[in-house]
Amino acid sequence: MFIEVDGVEKVFEVRKKTGFLKRERRQVRAVDTLSFTVARGEMVGYIGPNGAGKSTTIKMLTGILTPSAGRLRVAGIDPSRERTRLAHRIGVVFGQRTTLWWDLPLIDSYRLMHRMYRIPDARYAENLDRLVELLDLGALLDVPVRQLSLGQRMRGDIVAALLHDPDVLYLDEPTIGLDVISKARVREFLRELNVERGTTVLLTTHDLQDIEQLCSRVMVIDHGRLMYDGPLAGLHEVGESERTLVVDLERELPPIEAGGSARVVRVEGPRQWLAFPASESAAPLVARIAAEYPLVDLSVREPDIESVIATIYAERTTA
Amino acid sequence: MGERALEGLRAYRLIAGMWVRSTMIYRTSFLLTVAGNLLVTGLDFATILLMFTRVDSLGGWSLPEVAFLYGLSATAFGVADLVLGSMDVLGSRIRDGSFDTLLVRPAPVLAQVGADRFALRRLGRISQGGVVLGWAALSVDVHWSAAKLLLLPLMVGSGAVIFCALFVAGAAFQFLAQDAAEVQNAFTYGGTTLLQYPPTVFGRDFVRGVTFMLPLAFVNWVPAAYVLGRPYPLRLPEWTVWSPPLVAAVCCALAGLAWRAGLRSYRSTGS
Repeated sequence: MFIEVDGVEKVFEVRKKTGFLKRERRQVRAVDTLSFTVARGEMVGYIGPNGAGKSTTIKMLTGILTPSAGRLRVAGIDPSRERTRLAHRIGVVFGQRTTLWWDLPLIDSYRLMHRMYRIPDARYAENLDRLVELLDLGALLDVPVRQLSLGQRMRGDIVAALLHDPDVLYLDEPTIGLDVISKARVREFLRELNVERGTTVLLTTHDLQDIEQLCSRVMVIDHGRLMYDGPLAGLHEVGESERTLVVDLERELPPIEAGGSARVVRVEGPRQWLAFPASESAAPLVARIAAEYPLVDLSVREPDIESVIATIYAERTTA
Repeated sequence: MGERALEGLRAYRLIAGMWVRSTMIYRTSFLLTVAGNLLVTGLDFATILLMFTRVDSLGGWSLPEVAFLYGLSATAFGVADLVLGSMDVLGSRIRDGSFDTLLVRPAPVLAQVGADRFALRRLGRISQGGVVLGWAALSVDVHWSAAKLLLLPLMVGSGAVIFCALFVAGAAFQFLAQDAAEVQNAFTYGGTTLLQYPPTVFGRDFVRGVTFMLPLAFVNWVPAAYVLGRPYPLRLPEWTVWSPPLVAAVCCALAGLAWRAGLRSYRSTGS
């Protein structure tokens, strides 16, 4: 297995003031006996609420943090022991902080990577050309990074993380704050990268669409524990989550009788909201409604990740 | 070990180069800060000159002799300040999380942090110290033997290394001090007086002002006394004039240990 995480724990000691000069030491388990493996070329979404232990896991996998217990291997390397050797094999994109040089033209940051990672000249030139074309950055190479938009900068950061041909790419919230077009472009690129280069991708996100469009597998972590590991569809089943179909009719009508497992949850004038299981396709439902009702417009809303996780978590604790 | 040091130097050079280029984007601003730097450090020595307009000697030392001492330490400090002077941004790097981005690079962290915010304007201090030292060396009434001539670069070099070690130790301390709660406690229990000043004032001036005096006394005063033909402070044996490189090596080893301990503590506790 390419990434092996076996019984990994991370315990932080937090000191709290309990009185005058008195302090209480409390141990916080950010990651609790976490175990999973990722095969080469897999694309995995790693999700969970804030403070669930996502970034702590990523930091251990990239060698930034040393685990308190357990065994961890990435490409056969123990990340915390051989941090610099691992660095050549991984690419990291921190969504909210750029590693590009603010005042210098974009190309300068890439030249630094070229030399810092000792990328052979021919390979550097080839990778740069390919990445810049795929991410459409050609016209921006000579522009100072501070003048780039958020989406352009994110694409720039992705290029910087991939120039040395890493086997695994960690992305921390790669689409946060991006507009729809930039999001689509980043996703499209990641898909191609994964298919053509076989790069293993592990991404954390709050955007369920990132996972939906990119990852065949999703891992849900909460309170430092793995709550779910499998395909996204299964997550919806486990979480019993529902999607919502918003239907605009020509006029006010009594609640739609759609049949099946769909049911109307809200009516507001000519607009009606129908809930149906997220694991089912919306197509037959839409076809039935379109055939029987005067339909003006409709849209499908995905369940948000937080509520799905909340459901899973509630089930686990009651079970 | 040697390979790692070379790797570190290489990374340092690469990153420092990027900072120089970043500075040169704002050329006017750069020239102004260089001029300001020269002026401020120049005023530093002007205070000493001013004192000598009133007295003929300071504790029995003449103006060129005091200038010699001053020039030695100013040059040594200037070199260290140029090389590692921005290491105190480490604290803010840890706080805003950008320190993590350094840890995923295939280069020694110390070199990356050392080269952070590398600023050529600091050449001002070196040139000022160098000019004073040069003038003093020519003006003191000393017979320059081969030993004394050899001692001169040795003193400047060792002094610079010691200052560097102190910068590293100071940065290593920031790994621990970034525990905000702890720092806050220190201030709340430490008395309200301290709170009247921004904490950054203390970090810098404490480190630069007080700590630097101790090892420097050894490195600067003893050999300077030898060069100037004056009695040794504390009646130290004569061989101690050659001790600066030894003191520098010890300082480096200690600073290296402190850095490693700091980094280890960061990597086990995170932000």
